[in-house]
Amino acid sequence: MSTTTTNPYETGEKVALPAKDDGGLWGYLRSYGQRVRGGDMGALPAVLGIIVLSIVFSAARPSFLTPLNFANLLTQAGPIVVLGMGLVFVLLLGEIDLSAGFASGVCAAVLAIMLTTHGFPWYVGVLAAIVTGVVIGLLLGFLVAKVGIPSFVVTLAGFLAFQGTVLWLLKEGTNISIRDEVIISLENEYLPPTVGWALGALTVLGFAATQLIQQRNRRRRGLPALLWQVVTFRVVGLAVLVGIAVAVLNEERSRNALFSLKGVPIVVPVIGVLLLLWTFVLRRTAFGRHIYAVGGNREAARRAGIAVDRIRISAFVICSAMAAVSGILAASMARSVDPNTGGSNVLLYGVAAAVIGGTSLFGGKGRVLDAVLGGLVITMIINGMGLVGWSSAYKYVATGIVLLLAASVDAFSRRRSAASS
Amino acid sequence: MGTPLLELRGINKSFGPVQVLRDVALTVHPGEVTALIGDNGAGKSTLVKCIGGIYPIDSGEYLMEGKPVHVHNPRDAASHGVEIVYQDLALCDNLDIVQNMFLGREKKSGMILDEPTMEQLAQQTLAGLSVRTVKSVRQQVSSLSGGQRQTVAIAKAVLWNSKLVILDEPTAALGVAQTQQVLELVRRLADNGLAVVLISHNMNDVFAVSDQIAALYLGRMAAQVKTSDVTHSQVVELITSGRSGTLGLVEEGAAA
Repeated sequence: MSTTTTNPYETGEKVALPAKDDGGLWGYLRSYGQRVRGGDMGALPAVLGIIVLSIVFSAARPSFLTPLNFANLLTQAGPIVVLGMGLVFVLLLGEIDLSAGFASGVCAAVLAIMLTTHGFPWYVGVLAAIVTGVVIGLLLGFLVAKVGIPSFVVTLAGFLAFQGTVLWLLKEGTNISIRDEVIISLENEYLPPTVGWALGALTVLGFAATQLIQQRNRRRRGLPALLWQVVTFRVVGLAVLVGIAVAVLNEERSRNALFSLKGVPIVVPVIGVLLLLWTFVLRRTAFGRHIYAVGGNREAARRAGIAVDRIRISAFVICSAMAAVSGILAASMARSVDPNTGGSNVLLYGVAAAVIGGTSLFGGKGRVLDAVLGGLVITMIINGMGLVGWSSAYKYVATGIVLLLAASVDAFSRRRSAASS
Repeated sequence: MGTPLLELRGINKSFGPVQVLRDVALTVHPGEVTALIGDNGAGKSTLVKCIGGIYPIDSGEYLMEGKPVHVHNPRDAASHGVEIVYQDLALCDNLDIVQNMFLGREKKSGMILDEPTMEQLAQQTLAGLSVRTVKSVRQQVSSLSGGQRQTVAIAKAVLWNSKLVILDEPTAALGVAQTQQVLELVRRLADNGLAVVLISHNMNDVFAVSDQIAALYLGRMAAQVKTSDVTHSQVVELITSGRSGTLGLVEEGAAA
């Protein structure tokens, strides 16, 4: 008997599992249908929500579907979407950050103090705000991961404490106005139309290039690749969406002949860059993979040698840092910071954005894109009901119901996928 | 027969005042399935955890390929090619097969995960084990059956240049057909030249796949015998009383 102990598999000759390619495009569609029925609905609810809300509100108020309101909607969505992006990381671990709203308030207050009270340039203020967010995240993460307090309690305490911190920073409730033009421009200025087109084209070309390179790489290695019809559909779909959006936003929105109002809001490319950055981190790096693993099965992740505590702390750091960015956008939109910045229902909107987009409250499932789609749904509800003239009473109730609806979809799809396995 | 891959001599392990392993010896040869059997509390799990480096041994010799080695933690064990597949599997339901197999040891090119390479290696490993039951290596683990999960967990252990794979009750939660599949896989591992230690309660499984049987009785190695040399009832006796005829532990009083 031989005593060779080398692994016979690593040097394995070209062996492939039986190809699963059954029936081309039709097979692809069928397997997509199966996934949806099995509870993996992805972005479907959010996309349906956007379509239904567009129809309902534009029927009720024709002004809903105008270029002016579309631009408003995007700027309004900014802070919510960015907060939701950060919350996705915490939700992926099956944790929650209830303090993210007021954390964004604290960071916005730091920004305002740096800019207005001390007269620092904008980048110093932004850096200070984000560093504040990182410190808050380190503190929360340490208490959750190392001390072992449930995140619900830690961040509920943070919710109260940060509310107080904002009051203290703003000297018991005075508001500080922001005059820095760079910060103001984030939510109040627009790209020149040509720049809008150029960025749109760059987005589509970049997406097409990464898709093509990826699929060609897979095919070259003999791995099952996506059908070219699917890739084409994705690229063309994105091109159409981006094209329509840029065209609409580049239309003249001003009703006053004296000044012009057109172009893509500056906040849109800001969100685009954040979306790209965090999607890359989650999908293409080991760190991102480990976040999913810790959210899926913490014990398995630990046995696989993943530093679970470090992953959990970094998720809270990312969440609070993104809350800081959200606070900066909120300050830009309001042109000032007051004790209510990041308060009232901002956090609820952020969580709702992530969950409506398809991020699970049970951990292990979610994407950064979810926050963008869900954030648009939430903003459409707020914006649309404002146009229809409903009072805050109805707005709160309606938003609460939508969040519950999204959470039930989440719970339902979880049950569905548990039953199907 | 060449040098054993793993040889343990005189292993002792106590937890406080309780001595769990007493002078245990075990030899495991490459290309063979060694069944580790014993009643509940006989010390099987403790022995396996000592081999895997989760518990440090109090005294005794631990030899790999004839050379004494020191194993203080799971990483030491892994560096000697020892991989353990635990009963509760430790897979992430929300990740797919490739992601699970490479979890914590992802292949990267620069900062970026090298998905095509990982997918190819995963496919080759599964094909090398003649696994035909999974449709796609990009399937989420949550959609797999119990037997398929066991297969993935075993393939994960095999992927890492391992020399010794220890399986803790791999068929405990499986149906008849799936048990059969997993046992065939266990046999195939050994036939491919690996040393396999199989912990099991099930006599049928033990006789179906093992080459050697090592029976623990109250923390002592009652006997390590060739499977073909013993009968079913002899093995049961070894488990329940530590001896069977001339086999097994000498009665304490008899030597005096």
